[in-house]
Amino acid sequence: MGFDLILFYVFAAIAAVMALLVVVQSNPVYSVLLLIGSFIGLAGLYVLLDAPFVAVIQIIVYAGAIMVLFLFVVMLLNAPREEPAPSGLLESGATRAIGAVLAVVFALELAWALSRSRTLATTDAYDMPRSFSVPDIGQRLFQDYAFAFEATSILILVAMIGALSLAARHVLEGRRRG
Amino acid sequence: MFSKEGAVAELNHYLILSAVLFSIGTAGVLLRRNLITVLLSVEVMLNAVNLSFIAFGRFLGSSDGQIIVFFVITVAAAEATVGLALIIALFRHVETLNPDAFRQLRG
Repeated sequence: MGFDLILFYVFAAIAAVMALLVVVQSNPVYSVLLLIGSFIGLAGLYVLLDAPFVAVIQIIVYAGAIMVLFLFVVMLLNAPREEPAPSGLLESGATRAIGAVLAVVFALELAWALSRSRTLATTDAYDMPRSFSVPDIGQRLFQDYAFAFEATSILILVAMIGALSLAARHVLEGRRRG
Repeated sequence: MFSKEGAVAELNHYLILSAVLFSIGTAGVLLRRNLITVLLSVEVMLNAVNLSFIAFGRFLGSSDGQIIVFFVITVAAAEATVGLALIIALFRHVETLNPDAFRQLRG
């Protein structure tokens, strides 16, 4: 077993186990911190996939900025523990049976799809690794994808205005009145 | 499903991990009754998709996968911002994060 494969399993285990803990954890603060751990595992996988720039972006922007935003909101709201499940619709045996059947069908479907992807998986692309440098990516981003890049700036502007108008509505209204 | 030598991690390895992560995220969105954890589960799903983009890009010898991931991260940031602002606005009204509590269109 190659060193590469061992590293893959280590990082994959970190990413998957941390993600699972995120979902089962009842305290949102721990959930956010565990998700950062999961992102670090994914960043390791990106390095294995010859995408070191994305790995760095994943750590700095995703783990460093977006998750800190989540942490701020969790602490700002003094987030309460999750309420216990209401006994009723969700607890009935029929819905559980339907859910279990759908989950099994979904898993079988995935296994079927992955077992048919042999032709793509066994291409010899791995023998000739093509690592893309940051200048390569930047050039493509600002030339081929220039329109999408500019459209993204409008998206961020819209998100910013939307977040302000949603979260600070009472402040804005108070100022208008006062 | 896997090739015989098995010395390196292949595309299928990454795709299976991506499917596992996406399923974990989906389960979180459907099962949890805390809006913040639901948003975190959506982030897990987005990252699962990012992983398959990068894996496909790597094994097809193209940088398109990495570029799409930048856009996905940007959209995830915008989504997180608006989602968290909505959660704050809702929490001011109802003092709970349980999505079952939000039953009225008028606040």
